[in-house]
Amino acid sequence: MAYVDDAEHEELHEPTSFYAKYVWSQDHKVIAIQYSLTAIAVGLVALVLSGMMRMQIGFPGSIDMDSTGYYQAMTMHGMIMVIYLLTALFLGGFGNYLIPLMVGARDMVFPFVNMLSYWFYLVSVLVLIASFFVPGGPTGAGWTLYPPQAITAGTPGSEWGIILMLVSLIIFIIAATMGGLNYVTTVLQARTHGMTMFRLPLTVWGIFVATILALLAFPALFVSGIMMLLDQTIGTSFFMPEMMQFGTQLDHTGGSPILFQHLFWFFGHPEVYIVALPAFGLVSDLISVHARRSIFGYRMMVWAIVAIGVLSFVVWAHHMYVSGMNPYFGFFFATTTLVIAVPTALKVYNWVLTLWRGNIHLTVPMLFSLAFIVTFLVGGLTGLFLGNVVVDIPLSDTYFVVAHFHMVMGVAPILVVFGAIYHWYPKITGRMLHDGIGQLHFWITFLGTYLIYFPMHYLGFLGMPRRYYAYEDYQFIPDSAQSLNAFITVVAIAVGISQLLFLYNLVYSLFKGKPSGGNPWRANSLEWLTPDTPPKHGNWGESMPVVHRWAYDYGVPEAELDYVPQTISADQVPVHESDLDE
Amino acid sequence: MTFAVILVAIVIISVLFHFLSPWQATPLASNWGSIDTIITITVVTTAIFFIAIVVFMAYCVYKYQADPERRSEYKPENKKLEWWLIGVTTVAICGLLAPGLVVYDDFVHVPSNAVEFEAVGEQWRWSYRLPGADQKFGRSSVSRMDEINTFGLDPDDANGQDDILVAGNQMHLLVNQPTKVLLRSKDVLHDFYVPQFRAKMDLIPGQITYFWFTPTVPGTFEILCAEYCGIGHYNMRGQIVVDTASDYQQWLSEQITFAQVLTGGTVEGLVEQGQLLASSRGCLACHSINGGPSLGPGWLDLFGAKESLVDGSEVLVDADYLIESIVDPAAKIVAGYPPVMVAYQFSDEQLESLVAYIESLSSESAEPSNKQPVEE
Repeated sequence: MAYVDDAEHEELHEPTSFYAKYVWSQDHKVIAIQYSLTAIAVGLVALVLSGMMRMQIGFPGSIDMDSTGYYQAMTMHGMIMVIYLLTALFLGGFGNYLIPLMVGARDMVFPFVNMLSYWFYLVSVLVLIASFFVPGGPTGAGWTLYPPQAITAGTPGSEWGIILMLVSLIIFIIAATMGGLNYVTTVLQARTHGMTMFRLPLTVWGIFVATILALLAFPALFVSGIMMLLDQTIGTSFFMPEMMQFGTQLDHTGGSPILFQHLFWFFGHPEVYIVALPAFGLVSDLISVHARRSIFGYRMMVWAIVAIGVLSFVVWAHHMYVSGMNPYFGFFFATTTLVIAVPTALKVYNWVLTLWRGNIHLTVPMLFSLAFIVTFLVGGLTGLFLGNVVVDIPLSDTYFVVAHFHMVMGVAPILVVFGAIYHWYPKITGRMLHDGIGQLHFWITFLGTYLIYFPMHYLGFLGMPRRYYAYEDYQFIPDSAQSLNAFITVVAIAVGISQLLFLYNLVYSLFKGKPSGGNPWRANSLEWLTPDTPPKHGNWGESMPVVHRWAYDYGVPEAELDYVPQTISADQVPVHESDLDE
Repeated sequence: MTFAVILVAIVIISVLFHFLSPWQATPLASNWGSIDTIITITVVTTAIFFIAIVVFMAYCVYKYQADPERRSEYKPENKKLEWWLIGVTTVAICGLLAPGLVVYDDFVHVPSNAVEFEAVGEQWRWSYRLPGADQKFGRSSVSRMDEINTFGLDPDDANGQDDILVAGNQMHLLVNQPTKVLLRSKDVLHDFYVPQFRAKMDLIPGQITYFWFTPTVPGTFEILCAEYCGIGHYNMRGQIVVDTASDYQQWLSEQITFAQVLTGGTVEGLVEQGQLLASSRGCLACHSINGGPSLGPGWLDLFGAKESLVDGSEVLVDADYLIESIVDPAAKIVAGYPPVMVAYQFSDEQLESLVAYIESLSSESAEPSNKQPVEE
C-alpha cells in the first residue's frame, strides 16, 4: 500500500482560482459533475428526438418530419442514449465521483489524464452536435451504422453526417480510454489501508469490471470507425462490396459488410454490460442501504459480475442471427447467450433475497431500485426469447426487440441513475432532494415506462417491423395497432415531460433542499464518512481512513446501531467475515 | 403496502393483457409452427419466473416494511439456497435452449426436395428469378447489370439462358412445396420477411444468403424489408402469392426467360421502352403505378393532372414538367413528399419513352395538345 502511505503525506495543493477549481479541474468530484451535466444535457436532446419520433409513429403527419428527419432522429437518439449519456454517465460520472471515495483514495491516480478525459468527451459531444448543422444533416444510418447504407446516397447524412459521427466516436473512445485506465488503476493501486478487493462495495466492482470491458471492447469500434472513414473518404473497400447505387455501379469491390457487423457487435454486446454492470453495482448498494440488510451473497454477486463480464465477449453474434452469417454459428451463440442468463438471474435473486427479512425503507432511491428490479426482470426474460436463436428469427427487427432493449438497457439503467442521484445528491451538495417531487417523478417514470414498453412487445409478436417511418396500408397490421401506438406516444410524451420535475428538483434542492449532514442514509461505505460534506479537495483531510470490514454490516446483532461503518474496528464490533468461509 | 399492491397489480394486469391483447402473431402460413411452439414454451417459462419473483418482492416489501423496533436478519450468505437457485435456473434455461436448438437444426438444414428461387433486393423494391427448366441458376454479378440485364446475368453462361426473370414486385410460389430462398442484394443490406411465414433473413451485397420454408396456405402475403436500408425502407414492399398447382403453372407459363429478355432487348414502341426503363432503373421503387402508397408521387393518372407544390403554387403535369423532375428533381417539389430523389441522367430518347409510359398510365387519355410534343 505504498500509494496510500504517499497519499497520507502528500501536500494537497488545493487550487485557488475559479478556473483551476471548476473548469480546468483535476479533482475527480468536479470532473464527475462536469461529465454528468454534459451527459444529462445531451441526453435531453436525445429525449426530445424520441418524442418527435413517437409523434410521427403515434400520430403520423402531426409534426413536420419526413422520413429523412425520422431516420436522423432515430439514429441520433440511439447513439446519444447508449454512448454519450449512459456510458459517459456511469463511467465518467458515477465512476469518477464514487471510485476514489469508496476505495479511500484522495483522487484518481492520474488526475491530469482524468481532466483530459472529460475535455475529450466534451469535444466528442460538440462534434456530434455539430453534425446537426452540416449540409445533409446528421447521419440517419441507424445507431448501428451498418455499411454499405451508412455511406451510400439512399441514407440521410451519408456525406458529412457520417464523417462527424465517426470522428466523434473516435474522440469519445480516446476519452473513455483515458478515463478507463484511471479507474482500473485507481481500484487496483489506490485502495486505502484494509480495503481488500473483497471489501469493495459492489458499485466499485460493477464499474471496475465494466471499465475493463470498455477498454477491451471499444478498440473494435475504434478500428471499424477508422475503416469506415477510409471507405467513405478515400474510397477503400473494407466494408464495401461490388454494388450498385440507384442504377449505377460504384467503384468499390471486394469488401465485406458483415465484417463490420462482427466488429460492431464485438464492441456492441459488451457495451450493453458496460452500461448494465455499473447499474448492477449501484443498485446493489442502494438496496442494501435502504433495506438495512447486508447484501445477500456478496461474493456470488462479485463472481457473477466477473462471469457476466467474461461471457459478454462470446455472445456478440446473437445480434446477427438473421444477418446472413454462417447459420451454424447460431448453435454456439444461442448456447453462450442463454448461459449468461444464469449469473444474471442469480443477481436478481440476490437483490430480492436482500429484501427478505430486511427492514425496508421505501425512500425515493429504494423505490427506483425496486422499479429497476421489475423492469430489468422483464427485459432480462425477454432476452431469453431473442437469445434463443430460433425464437429470434421471427422476432428480430420487430418491435419486440425495441421493447426488449429499452426495458433492459434503456429504462432499467436510467431508473438506477435516478435512484443513485437521489441517493448521492446529499453527499455531492450537502442537501437532500425534495422528497415529494421525487415521489411524483418516480411514479410517473416507473409506471409510464412500463405502460410504454410492456404492450410494445405484442406489436413485435404481431410482426410489426422496427425502423419504419410509416405503416400505411400493410394488410397484416390491424387498425388497432395504430391506436396502441397512439397510446404509447401519449404516455411517452407524459414521461418525457415529467423529467422536468427531476431537473427542477436538482436545481431547487441545490438552494432550498433540507441540509443532509454527512450520512443521511446511515450507510457504511467510505464516501459517507468524509470529514466534510461535500468532500473537499483530497477527500480525507489529514489522515486516510482505515478499513476494518466490508461495506454491508447492517443489522449486526452485537452492534448498538443497525449499521456499522467500514472504519469501525473489530474491537468495537465483531467482524463476521471469517464466518463467510464456512 | 401501496407499493406491494401495485407490484401485484402489475403482475395481474400483465397476465391479463397477454390473454386479452388483440395484438398477437399473424395466422401461420408456413411449416414453421414449431417456432410458434418454442415461443409458447418460452412465454410460459418466463411468465412463471416473472410472477414468482415480483410476487415474492411484493411479499417482502409488505412483510418487512421499515419498523424502528425491529432489525433485519444478519445472514450475509446462504450457499445452499444460492446453489439451489442456480440449479433451478439452469434446468429452466436448458428447457428453453434444447428444444430451441432442435428446431433450429431443422431451420439450417434445407430439405433435399426443396425448390429454389432467388429474391433480389435493391433500394426499395424486389425482383425475383427462377432457375428455369435446367434447375440451375446462371452466373450473376453486379458489374454486368444495366438497363436490359437488370439481374446482371452472364449472357455466355448456358445455365442462365432459361432462367425466368420476374421484374415486378410480386412472386408466385407453389403451396406445400418446400422452398429455398436465395437472397441477393444489388446495393445495401435488406431483409426478406413475410410475417405469416415466421422466417426471415438478411440480404448482403457481395454474398448470397438463404433460408427455407414451406408455404402451406394459398393466398397473397406481404413481403417486408426488415433490415434498415435507407429513407425508403418502410416502403419496400413485395408480394408472395401462394398458388395451387394449376394456378402456379398458369402464372409460370406467362413469365419470360433471360434469353427472351436478351433478344427482346430492343423493344418496339415508346411506351414499352419506357416501361422497361422505369422498371430497370428503379423508378418504380418509389413511384407506384397502381395508385398504391409510394415514396414519390404515384404515376397512375398523373399525366394531365395538377400537382400542388411545397411553395404553394400548382403545376400542370406535362412532358416538360416530367422531364424537369427527372433530370433536376429538386426544381419543383410536390407537397407531401420528401425531397429525396437523386438527379437521373437519360438520353433524350429515353426521356421521351419514360414520358410516354407515364402518359399511358392515365386512364383518361390526355389532351391531344399535350400529347403532340412528345411524339415529335
